[in-house]
Amino acid sequence: MSAVAKTIKREPFENYAPSPVRKAALEAKAAEPPPYIRARAPEWLSRVIGPVIGIALFIGLWALLAASSPNLPGPAKTWVSAVQVFGDPFYRKGPNDQGIGWNVLNSLSRVGIGFGLAALIGIPLGFMVGRFRFLSDMSAPIISLLRPVSPLAWLPIGLLVFKAANPAAIWVIFISSIWPMIINTAAGVRQVPQDYLNVARVLNLSEWKVFTRILFPAVLPYMMTGVRLAMGVAWLVIVAAEMLTGGVGIGFWVWDEWNNLNVEHIIIAIFTVGVIGLLLEQLLLLVARRFEYE
Amino acid sequence: MDKYLSIEHVDMVFDTRKGPFTALADINLGVGQGEFVSLIGHSGCGKSTLLNLVAGLLKPTSGAMILATREIAGPGPDRGVVFQNHSLLPWLSCFDNVHLAVERVFGEGESRAELKARTRRALELVHLGDAESKFPHEISGGMKQRVGIARALSMEPNMLLLDEPFGALDALTRAHLQDELMRIVAATGSTVLMVTHDVDEAVLLSDRVVMLSNRPAAGIGEVLDIDLARPRERLALAAHPRYLHYRKTVLQFLYQKQMRVAA
Ligand SMILES: Nc1ncnc2c1ncn2[C@@H]1O[C@H](COP(=O)(O)OP(=O)(O)O)[C@@H](O)[C@H]1O
Ligand SMILES: [Mg+2]
Repeated sequence: MSAVAKTIKREPFENYAPSPVRKAALEAKAAEPPPYIRARAPEWLSRVIGPVIGIALFIGLWALLAASSPNLPGPAKTWVSAVQVFGDPFYRKGPNDQGIGWNVLNSLSRVGIGFGLAALIGIPLGFMVGRFRFLSDMSAPIISLLRPVSPLAWLPIGLLVFKAANPAAIWVIFISSIWPMIINTAAGVRQVPQDYLNVARVLNLSEWKVFTRILFPAVLPYMMTGVRLAMGVAWLVIVAAEMLTGGVGIGFWVWDEWNNLNVEHIIIAIFTVGVIGLLLEQLLLLVARRFEYE
Repeated sequence: MDKYLSIEHVDMVFDTRKGPFTALADINLGVGQGEFVSLIGHSGCGKSTLLNLVAGLLKPTSGAMILATREIAGPGPDRGVVFQNHSLLPWLSCFDNVHLAVERVFGEGESRAELKARTRRALELVHLGDAESKFPHEISGGMKQRVGIARALSMEPNMLLLDEPFGALDALTRAHLQDELMRIVAATGSTVLMVTHDVDEAVLLSDRVVMLSNRPAAGIGEVLDIDLARPRERLALAAHPRYLHYRKTVLQFLYQKQMRVAA
């Protein structure tokens, strides 16, 4: 009844004036763009304009600050230096003087190994802790005690055990990125809807089927959150760890340039670390989006 | 009594933070083979609890439950359960959701092709043959509920347990699915225990309506035999004096005898 009323009502209205769409089409043909086409443009522009203004403001502030402090290089000086640094990223002049590309790759590989090992151990551990009450009770005090420890506090232990800088740095990455993976995976297992588990029970599924068809897919989004958080922590920590351990790496590079008092390079390193962190985050978000069901 | 399902002196007490909570007290109920029995009652009176007991998802605190001469010890493929909120796995297609059940029950004795054919037959039974490759979020609520029914039926259970299967659907879809359920039950000869809070649904579908009384001391209030010939036509029954009488009896139970207790 009401649907009929609606159609009847709409008819005279549409005859009254051309619909907005038709009107737009008509006026788009005119030589001069109609005013509201210009009014619509800001929709995409406004999305760009915010970030652009933000960045411009940031660079402006930076330039101001640099002008008043003689030791801090301004944006222009840094840019020139960055062009040089990225112009030849893969040179090698001895163990302590290598291109930024090598430094970044070395840091990434340390993060990759430490983070990968943490995932390999942390995710299955998270599943077990989440599934079995006893394991959860058992591990809860250890996890809550060790998790808040600053990652770098683990470095001496690493140096002691491995007697080398590189494995010690990887160890620090491992120990600091394992907690988010354990905790989020376990939380994911605990929140698997009772409905799904009831389905498993009334269908009498085997433990393996429960895992592959219900537990794993249901936990995957939580697991990915843990992986993403862990990656963030790992990338944060690597710079600090490398500052202490030395070797080739972006953190060591920062420290080395500080000793050379090459502040432009430090700023370049900061931006590089930021951009790579952002890219890693986006990559993992992209992967995570593949595992969303609804 | 040679009842197919027999529930004798069953109590269900939950341990809660505030101490023990008696959800069901002294339930006695028998369901004959091929019988369609509805459980009706106000929200929270223990309908789902009783159904979950029969499903084997819960264990009674005391009392006995016998299904086909054997004590119910846990969930089993002899009972197909349709949950209130469809409970399809969102990461599996409709086909795979049903196949999961088929595989479990018939996987050992039959070939892959046979299992697939079974899955297709179950989906076709609920008129969803075309939607088999769709995922649950791509289909309507009514279709999801039908996949749930197909999943339960595909196991060829001796008994079908339905927990407010159409509760979340609009009236038209609900009527349509009720008709389909009657057709399927007639075709398969299933024994059915269905939870509902819809009076028309209970009277239209059932051979017997079991009315649960409110808390405290939730138990079976009245049992009403529905003596209406099958197949039943909702339009013809709408003015049928006996249908109206049954309907009124259930309504009276729910809104006169029980409301006063609840208030
Ligand atoms: N696992 C449980 N633990 C404690 N209380 C429960 C549990 N399951 C159900 N109940 C309680 O038992 C009562 C009946 O619940 P339920 O059977 O779901 O009612 P309904 O008739 O609406 O299906 C409710 O008061 C509910 O809070
Ligand atoms: Mg319920």
